[in-house]
Amino acid sequence: MLEIAIQGSKKYWLWIVLLLAVMGAGAIAYADQFLNGLQITGMSRDVSWGFYIANFTFLVGVAAGGVMVVIPYYLHDYERFHRITILGEFLAVACLVMCLLFIVVDLGQPIRMLNVLLYPTPHSMLFWDMIVLNGYLFLNIVVGWKVLEAERNQIEPVWWTKPLVYLSIPFAIGIHTVTAYLYCGLPGRGFWLTAILAPRFLASAFAAGPAFLIILCYIIRKFTKFDPGWEAMQTLSKIVCYAIIANLFFFACEVFVVYYSGIPGHLSHMQYLLFGLHGHNMMVPWMWSALILMGLGAIFLLIPKLRNNRALLPVTCAMIFFGAWIDKALGMIAGGFVPSPLHHVNEYAPTLQEGIIALGVYGAGLFVLTILYKLATTVKEEVRG
Amino acid sequence: MMIKSRRSFLKVAGIAAIGMGAAPVMNLAASEPHGSAQPKTEKNEETLHAERWGMVINTSKLNEEVVEAIKEACHKSHNVPDFTIEPDAEKYSGTRPVRDGQEIKWIWDEHFHYAFPDKEDEFLAEKFHDLPFLVTCNHCKNPPCVQACPTQATFKREDGIVLMDYHRCIGCRFCMAACPYGSRNFNFRDPRPFIEETDPDFPTRTKGVVEKCNLCAERLAKGEQPHCVEASEGAIVVGDLEDPESEIRTLLAEHYTIRRKQSLGTEPSVYYIV
Ligand code: SF4
Ligand code: SF4
Repeated sequence: MLEIAIQGSKKYWLWIVLLLAVMGAGAIAYADQFLNGLQITGMSRDVSWGFYIANFTFLVGVAAGGVMVVIPYYLHDYERFHRITILGEFLAVACLVMCLLFIVVDLGQPIRMLNVLLYPTPHSMLFWDMIVLNGYLFLNIVVGWKVLEAERNQIEPVWWTKPLVYLSIPFAIGIHTVTAYLYCGLPGRGFWLTAILAPRFLASAFAAGPAFLIILCYIIRKFTKFDPGWEAMQTLSKIVCYAIIANLFFFACEVFVVYYSGIPGHLSHMQYLLFGLHGHNMMVPWMWSALILMGLGAIFLLIPKLRNNRALLPVTCAMIFFGAWIDKALGMIAGGFVPSPLHHVNEYAPTLQEGIIALGVYGAGLFVLTILYKLATTVKEEVRG
Repeated sequence: MMIKSRRSFLKVAGIAAIGMGAAPVMNLAASEPHGSAQPKTEKNEETLHAERWGMVINTSKLNEEVVEAIKEACHKSHNVPDFTIEPDAEKYSGTRPVRDGQEIKWIWDEHFHYAFPDKEDEFLAEKFHDLPFLVTCNHCKNPPCVQACPTQATFKREDGIVLMDYHRCIGCRFCMAACPYGSRNFNFRDPRPFIEETDPDFPTRTKGVVEKCNLCAERLAKGEQPHCVEASEGAIVVGDLEDPESEIRTLLAEHYTIRRKQSLGTEPSVYYIV
């Protein structure tokens, strides 16, 4: 099936070359980080995780969001999602590839990475995160591939793909729950120490994932002859709507608890994000943009007329996706680490080189996504044509 | 289980230098033709033991001078890099300037409201505001850093000291997120150009690993007091918290002491007389 990936239009190849260039730039920037250490980043003693882990956290969510097409189709026989389940699964694969790459580029000693396997440590949440992430990646690759292959040969997928699909559902919830547990189990980090973190992660994931999927559907319609179906996209947009409202609601709960109880160890972080602390307010415009983007997005999706507007929908989805990215990637890291455990306020901003490395990872993810989507759409075109 | 087996491995290998309390006697030069090739391990009688090591810092006995002496004694002997110095241009050509905030410190001074942010008080006695409060790793009884570490590179020894294996650490910095006291440091770069004089008795670290105070486990193993205790002119006492007869327990009995962020349940082993 892979041969499909090497037959494409000029535009296709141009895009591939562009992605390769981005990946190349990232690789060069990373080579320097590999040799000289994480000194090239904007991280510090106080803010010891940065842009890499931020993006990792967000992308785990997008990957988990793929399950929002799997559940309706496989559990509720929602036929309209038949054509796009594969898109959800392949999106998850590409996101997980990025997640793993972000973890690797974040390590101080990447060569020793396998120590996590050599000395399995069940009391560390990172150990479990590694298991569920790789498990979910494996499940999605196998299921996506087998189902697509069957479709190409116009036969029923082998029987064992079904149980794997069912297994992938708790794994999807699992990857994001465990990723939230990385944060919310730490005493002394008031911003993360909240039981609602995992639900909030899931809510924003189920908004960001399907929102991105809708955008991808538009792109697919533009560049291929495969039509994912407007009704499917409509249903997806309703899922995004409910999920983003849940996310905003959870955030509001968080804000209430923090401000009404007034416990300084919890309050100071929220204060830093929303209003700035001791004159440090780098995150303030970002956080408010995130809230506005997500809030407006929710309103646009709530009103049927706006939701059904084909020109507006991709814009709405982009707003929600970007808002969720700020909220979960930037906000989660900055809010968690500022102020520091000693209540020093040291802000964090990524360096240019850090940004290039991150871009390289995104390039790699989009590369994987492009290849997989090319396979999927071509097979679907073949079968229908 | 894992920790256990590693411990016994260390014992067998006789790596007493990191404080296992047993000094290897490897008499290779004198090995007889028919003698066993096995290295012998032997207990070092001098080694200081405790059921649970702890520290009491008498803040009223500290002043700026003593604090500086303590920091220097600790950092010099543990090869902690000093990023304020200019590295040797010849030996380390092309060393990049150091970014703010990427420093490494094992023990340092903070104002009261930073050392004890949960005890902030606007009417706090004036003298508290200027007193230097020494902070370091608390060698917590329930250390979140140990819980978080995915490789057991951070581990708690039976005697309560929380130690680091610099050769196993993958640099994920999960432990730094987990520590509620900001006690941990990451080597954002190779520290060696910034070590003025390398102390051969202690390993230097490589880039990409985490490090922190080790309660001078290497000195306790040799029967010596930690560097900070020696430099503190009596302000710091280290001893066995579980031994009711110990000096540190006497101090705890006689003085009102506080610990950092007690409410978190990490059970710090460092006490402050204020
Ligand atoms: S003070 Fe921090 S580094 Fe030291 S044992 Fe406690 S949690 Fe771990
Ligand atoms: S940085 Fe090293 S010591 Fe800290 S959690 Fe990761 S592997 Fe363990």
